[in-house]
Amino acid sequence: MSALLGLHRLSKSWFGVPAVTDMTLEIPAGICLGMIGENGAGKSTLMNMIGGVVAPTSGSMTWRGEPYDPKTPADAKASGIAFIHQELNLFTNLTVAENIFVDEFPRRLGLIDKRQMIGRTRALLDRLNLHAEPETPVGNLAPGERQLVEIAKALHREAALIIFDEPTTSLTARETDKLFETIRALRADGATIVYISHILGEVKALSDHLAVLRDGHLVDEGPIERFDIPAMINAMIGRELSAIYPARSSQPADEVVLEADGLSQAGVVEDICFKLHRGEILGIFGLMGSGRSELARMIFGVDPTGSGTLFMHDQPVTGDTRERIARGMAFVTENRREEGLMMDATISDNLSLVTIEDFGRPPVALIDRERLKARTEGVRDEVRIKAANIATQAARALSGGNQQKVVIGKWLLGAPQLFILDEPTRGVDVGAKHEIYTIIDKLAASGSAVLLISSELEELMGTCDRILVMAQGEITGAFAKDAFSEAAIIAAAFKEVAA
Amino acid sequence: MHSPMKRDDGDQASQTAEPQRASVWVRARSIILSDYFILWLSIAYFLALAPFLPTLTNPANLSNLLSNTWPLLAVAIGQTFVLTIAGIDLSQGAVIGFTSTVMALLAATTASPDVLSGAPVWGIFIDETGGLFHGLPFSVTLSLVAMLMVGTLVGVMNGLAIAYLRMPPFMMTLVTMIVISAFAVWITQSENIRHLPEHLIMLGKGDIISVYFGEQDRSQIPRREIFTLIGYPAIITVALAVAAHILLNKTVFGRQVIAVGANRKAAEISGVPVKRVIVIVFAISAFCATVGAILYGARLEAGRPTLGEGTFLLDVIGATVIGGTSLFGGKGKIIWTVFGVIFFVLLSNTLNLMNLSTFHIDMAKGAVILCAALLDVARNRYARELGG
Repeated sequence: MSALLGLHRLSKSWFGVPAVTDMTLEIPAGICLGMIGENGAGKSTLMNMIGGVVAPTSGSMTWRGEPYDPKTPADAKASGIAFIHQELNLFTNLTVAENIFVDEFPRRLGLIDKRQMIGRTRALLDRLNLHAEPETPVGNLAPGERQLVEIAKALHREAALIIFDEPTTSLTARETDKLFETIRALRADGATIVYISHILGEVKALSDHLAVLRDGHLVDEGPIERFDIPAMINAMIGRELSAIYPARSSQPADEVVLEADGLSQAGVVEDICFKLHRGEILGIFGLMGSGRSELARMIFGVDPTGSGTLFMHDQPVTGDTRERIARGMAFVTENRREEGLMMDATISDNLSLVTIEDFGRPPVALIDRERLKARTEGVRDEVRIKAANIATQAARALSGGNQQKVVIGKWLLGAPQLFILDEPTRGVDVGAKHEIYTIIDKLAASGSAVLLISSELEELMGTCDRILVMAQGEITGAFAKDAFSEAAIIAAAFKEVAA
Repeated sequence: MHSPMKRDDGDQASQTAEPQRASVWVRARSIILSDYFILWLSIAYFLALAPFLPTLTNPANLSNLLSNTWPLLAVAIGQTFVLTIAGIDLSQGAVIGFTSTVMALLAATTASPDVLSGAPVWGIFIDETGGLFHGLPFSVTLSLVAMLMVGTLVGVMNGLAIAYLRMPPFMMTLVTMIVISAFAVWITQSENIRHLPEHLIMLGKGDIISVYFGEQDRSQIPRREIFTLIGYPAIITVALAVAAHILLNKTVFGRQVIAVGANRKAAEISGVPVKRVIVIVFAISAFCATVGAILYGARLEAGRPTLGEGTFLLDVIGATVIGGTSLFGGKGKIIWTVFGVIFFVLLSNTLNLMNLSTFHIDMAKGAVILCAALLDVARNRYARELGG
């Protein structure tokens, strides 16, 4: 079997810093290659070289046995290589058909041949089993459906190699299943797949062959049968990871920190009641659209609450986000880039944002730089942010895991009694996940109450004292630690949907 | 997880890998990204043109350069705050015209019915006996305080509409510009209001340190041979700049301004009082424009409703952006704006000395502003590459 794409001693360095070093890899036609590696292992740089976004510093590539040297992304596209990124490249204001044909509209007499465009789009959508009208604006589609439109674009261009980069981060479990079916069908039709993901179970289930990257090197490759999940993790991080989930080091107290009494908002959540105790980690599990993130945003005052009352230490909570922060709430958003960080600002500016008013000295609130520096450095050590210089380095320069530590760390400069964490490990690699779980455990051990919202059930079962399950805006189940059962929790999450 | 560690020893690696290219690159980039880049550029420009334009280094011209710098700087300081929160204030020019009129209507010592009797303000604010406050004790001070309040109020209204009604800054300040400017022209029927009190005129031209370069052979030196080095405008503007610098770079409020510009959503979620910051920033912008109106009006010895019209706004925004304050928000320093204004005034001055027509001058200015905007984009990209 000849290689479809061959990489020969490919290297790339940025201003002298190696990102990919001496990589040699052959991707035979017709396989599904799983590719794993922590953030910063060189996956993105490698894909950017294959996609013609950046030029290699040295080494060469071959495509169907011929030398391959793409100068622009258009070259890669023309060769038959398609990328499906985690952030999709779709125009949400255009229709499905327009998105698929956007780089080359079929024309008749100089005008766009709409009938042909719609007909061909419908054929593509049928092939992918996507029940959407070609003339629906992409903005009206769910994330999973948008992903299929992106794949339809690749099919339309008759791509021979389709590279998926973290395609499932924003998909629900069912959408993920459907995507996998589609990927398997594509492979059966002869397409070659590269599948990059942090979710090792998915990679294991989908791939024939595995490539593991670490620090810019290809550290291991082989048939997927050779690897089980612990072996994959060990290859990725290059050391034994005794357990992903640290043992809980403390017990919840009886003191109630937060109590929700019948929180409702039409069309979002319905009659939410629960109590959260001091030192407790309470998980909220639900599928996408179950209202889990919306509930978190309501509690923090980002989104409005229709009816019901929220109590913190038995006092009703009112007012906007600012007042709730003053009452001791902290919120880690699921949208790190859009809502969590000032990407171009320095790490210490990000860390000090929440508590900046505490560092003002009267009369004109001049910032006490010495104290600020001491406190930010303290938090940096506490959550172990790996950066050379937090006063000069931009948040953008950090890996996903370290960025997340900054988002958590900025609350630690104050002393919140309640942490609301919405998907705190999204887009974070395994090693950093472990560190974040350790931080969460420490928060609870130091007496904070933690509300942990996640779409990864395993994560909740590994870290929480108790789990609430939400479906269609309601709480459909509550499980204490000794009653955690994957099957029962999933059943509760599907309750309303199935009924 | 490993990547930031790897980046830590990036400098060593770059020296071993591509020593020559890397160091030239790094040096070029560090100059472009430096706070003082525009100052170096201004000095280089001045030195390069000095041999060809002998009048450039002439004391009278240097004095003129300085006197053009102060009012523009006062206004640009306000714009710096607005650009830093990723906004824009198009109403500054109109605020200058309007508040200079207000100043004159309150402080004028007399007025001519031949000129103003047809204006709606005649008999209410101003008549033959002077402006509304004329004759009161501390009338000049009172007039200035009132005008600063009126100007700031315009900014507060801009800010309230932008923060609470979520109007786009461009649209809101454009509307304010049109309305305020038309209002000022209507109430005065587009007439200048002259006869400002001597104390007020001093604020625009009074000198504190002056130089004389001639022979000391006369008992009296003609006024036109004395060149102002430091006048009241310099004192006022420098004080404003120092206060603004401290406010933007050293206080809690300044951090919050930068946070709102860097990521409004993240700032909101982190408890920054975003709406209050926006209102205050637009108030500062209008306040600074009003200070500019005092300096321009006093120098002109009149209140003029059309002051600050035309390409004036281009000068303000151009100078601020050339300095390095980003149009994308999240980045701004008063010192950048100081250098930007110096460069811009120098540019205008040299183009004038070349005997170009105003059309050519505006075309050249436009080209320079375009370069500044491109530089802003390039700087952002370099800063990003440097970081990640």
